[in-house]
Amino acid sequence: MALTSDRATVRRRGTVAVIDLPGQIDISAEATLNDAYKEAERVSTTILLNFAGVDYINSQGIALIVGLLARARKDKRAIEACALSDHYREIFEVTRLSDFMKLFESEDTAVAREGGTR
Amino acid sequence: MLSLTRTLRWVRGRRPEPSAASDSDIARVVSRAVRYAPEAEPIDIAPNDPLLAYLASAPGPVATLDLDLDSPAVAELRRTGVRLIVPLVSQGELIGMLNLGPRLSDQEYSRDDRALLDKLATQTAPALRVAQLVREQQAEILVREQLEQEMRVAQLIQQQFLPKETPRLPGWQVAAFYRAARQVGGDFYDFIELPEKHIGLVIGDVTGHGVPAALVMATTRSFLRADAPRLVSPGAVLARVNDLLHGDIPPNMFVTCLFAVLDPATGRIRYANAGHDLPYVRTAQGVVELRATGMPLGLMANMTYEEKDAVVGPGESLLLHSDGLAEAHSRDREMFGFPRLRRLVAENPGGQALIDLLLTTLHRFTGPAWEQEDDITLVTLTRSAGVSEDAVVDEFSVTSEQGNERIAMDRVAKAAAGLGLSAKRLERLKTAVAEAAMNAIEHGNQGRAELPVTVRVETADGELRVSITDRGGGREIPIATTPDLEAKLAGLQKPRGWGLFLIKKMVDDMRVTSDERHHTVELVVKLKEATDGADE
Repeated sequence: MALTSDRATVRRRGTVAVIDLPGQIDISAEATLNDAYKEAERVSTTILLNFAGVDYINSQGIALIVGLLARARKDKRAIEACALSDHYREIFEVTRLSDFMKLFESEDTAVAREGGTR
Repeated sequence: MLSLTRTLRWVRGRRPEPSAASDSDIARVVSRAVRYAPEAEPIDIAPNDPLLAYLASAPGPVATLDLDLDSPAVAELRRTGVRLIVPLVSQGELIGMLNLGPRLSDQEYSRDDRALLDKLATQTAPALRVAQLVREQQAEILVREQLEQEMRVAQLIQQQFLPKETPRLPGWQVAAFYRAARQVGGDFYDFIELPEKHIGLVIGDVTGHGVPAALVMATTRSFLRADAPRLVSPGAVLARVNDLLHGDIPPNMFVTCLFAVLDPATGRIRYANAGHDLPYVRTAQGVVELRATGMPLGLMANMTYEEKDAVVGPGESLLLHSDGLAEAHSRDREMFGFPRLRRLVAENPGGQALIDLLLTTLHRFTGPAWEQEDDITLVTLTRSAGVSEDAVVDEFSVTSEQGNERIAMDRVAKAAAGLGLSAKRLERLKTAVAEAAMNAIEHGNQGRAELPVTVRVETADGELRVSITDRGGGREIPIATTPDLEAKLAGLQKPRGWGLFLIKKMVDDMRVTSDERHHTVELVVKLKEATDGADE
C-alpha cells in the first residue's frame, strides 16, 4: 500500500482524471477533496477516486463522497473508485454507494476498462 | 484624578477661534495667555487635597483668591494665574473643573459671568460624565477581550499537554477527569511509561492562572517525562525537577506535585510528594492518606523529598486530586472540604463511578449557578478484586476532541486482538467503534474537550461487548434508519447521516441505554461466529 498522505493529487491517465486520495477520509479531508474534485473536473468527465493510500473512512467521509457523487450526477460526470480495501468495499456495498459508482480492483483495471492508455 | 488633570489641560489648550480675529488680535491673545499661564503643564491634584471636597459641595464658580484652604492645589492654581474655578459636579461627585485665568479686560468676573458659567457647568458635567463612562467601558471591554484571548491560549496549551487517553493497565481500571476554571489554573496530570511495565502517575498544580501557569505546567511535565524513566525513584525525580525548575520559574510561582510509581502486577506504589494534596487509598479497613513530606517545586534549590511505599490491594482504589474540588465553595461560602471528599471516597468503590459521584455531589453542593473557582483534576485507579471474575479486557477514556475516535478505535482493536475475531469482523468492529465514539464526542459531549468518553471492552456469554459512554444523558435515543441515498444524490437531503446506520450494519447487536447523565452505546460481536458465508 502507498504511504498515507494528508493531501490529494490529481493526475490525468488516458481519458480519466485520477484523484489520489489522502490517507484519511473524514471531515478533515473536506477542503482537500473539494479542491481536488474541482481540479479533476477540468481534466476529464470521468473521475477515478484512487483509494490505494486510504486507511480510514468514516461516516463523515461517506457523506463527502455522497456530496461529490451528487455534484457529478448533476454535471453528467461519472465518478468511479478503485483500490478499496475489502472492508471499505463492503461499506460501499452496505451504503449502496456501489450502485452509483463503479468499483475497480486497481487503478490499472479501471483505466484498462475505460480504454485509456498511458 | 486623571479626569481632573485632563480637564485642566483641555481648558488651557483652548484658543479663541482664529477666523474671528485679526493677526494682531491673535498675537495679543497669545501674549496674554503666555502671561497668565507661563507653563502649559497640567496640575496634579492629590486625592486628599481639601480643594476637592470644597468644590464638590460649592454652590457655583469659586474665585481662587477668596479660597481660604490649606491646599497645595489652590496655591499652584493661583501661581499659574487661575482666577476662577467652575466645578463640574455630576450626581454629587466632582468629575472635573473649568479653570479660568483673568478676563481679557482685566476686570473681575461679574455676577452675570458667574451665572452663565454656572449654567454652562450644570450642562457640561453630565455630558462629561457620560463621555467618561463610555471611555471606561471601552477600556474594560478591551481588557476583557484580551483576558479571554489569553484564557483561550492557556486552555489550548493545557489541553495539548494533558493525556488524550488513560493508559491500559491489565487488572486495573483507570479513569481521569480534568475541567479548567474559566481563568485556567495550572492543574495537570500524566501517566508515564517506565521500565519493567511500571507506570509513573503524576498530578500537580502550578500557582497562578492563565498563560504563565500553563507554560510552567508544560515545562514541569517535560522535565518529569525526561527524568522519570531514567531516575525512576520518585524522590530523586522530584529533586531533579525541582532543581531544573528553580532556575527557570518566574518569581512567586511554584508547583505542587505528587509523583508515584505503580507496579500494576503487585499494586505496590512508591511515591514522593512536593506539597500536593494527599492522595487517598480506599482499603477494606477504611480510607488511608498517602503522606510524604517535601517542599513544592521551584521554590528552593537542593531539596530532598521523602519517599514512601504503599500497596493498593485487590478491590482497592486510589484517588489523586487537586484542590479545585475540596476547596470549592457553596453559595454560603462553606468549603467542600477534605473530610467530605474522604467520606465520599470511603463510600464508593472507585473508578469512573467515583468521579461521577464526586462531580454530582459538588454540583449539588455549589448549586447550578456556580462559577468554577479553580481547575478540577481527578484521577482514579482501581484494582480488580480477583483475576477469575475479571472479564473486562480494557477500560479507558478519551477526551472529547475531534479525531479522538481513532484513538478509541485503535485501542479497542488492540484489546480485541487476542480474542479470535476474524480480520473482517475486527475491521467491522473498528468502524462501529469509531462511529459510536464520534457520536459520543460530537453529540453526547458536544465536543467539550474536558468531558470524557469512556470505553469498556469486556467478554461475557460468548460475546465481545464494547460500551461507549458519553455525558449526554437525558436526550432522546435516535433510531437507526436506512439513509435514502437517492434523495441525497438528488440534493433533496443532506449527504450526512450515515453513522448509526453503519454501526448497526457492522456489529451483531447494538444496545443503547440512557439515564439523566449518561448515554451508552453497547456494541456486541459474537465471539463464536455463526456460519457466515461472507466470513473467511
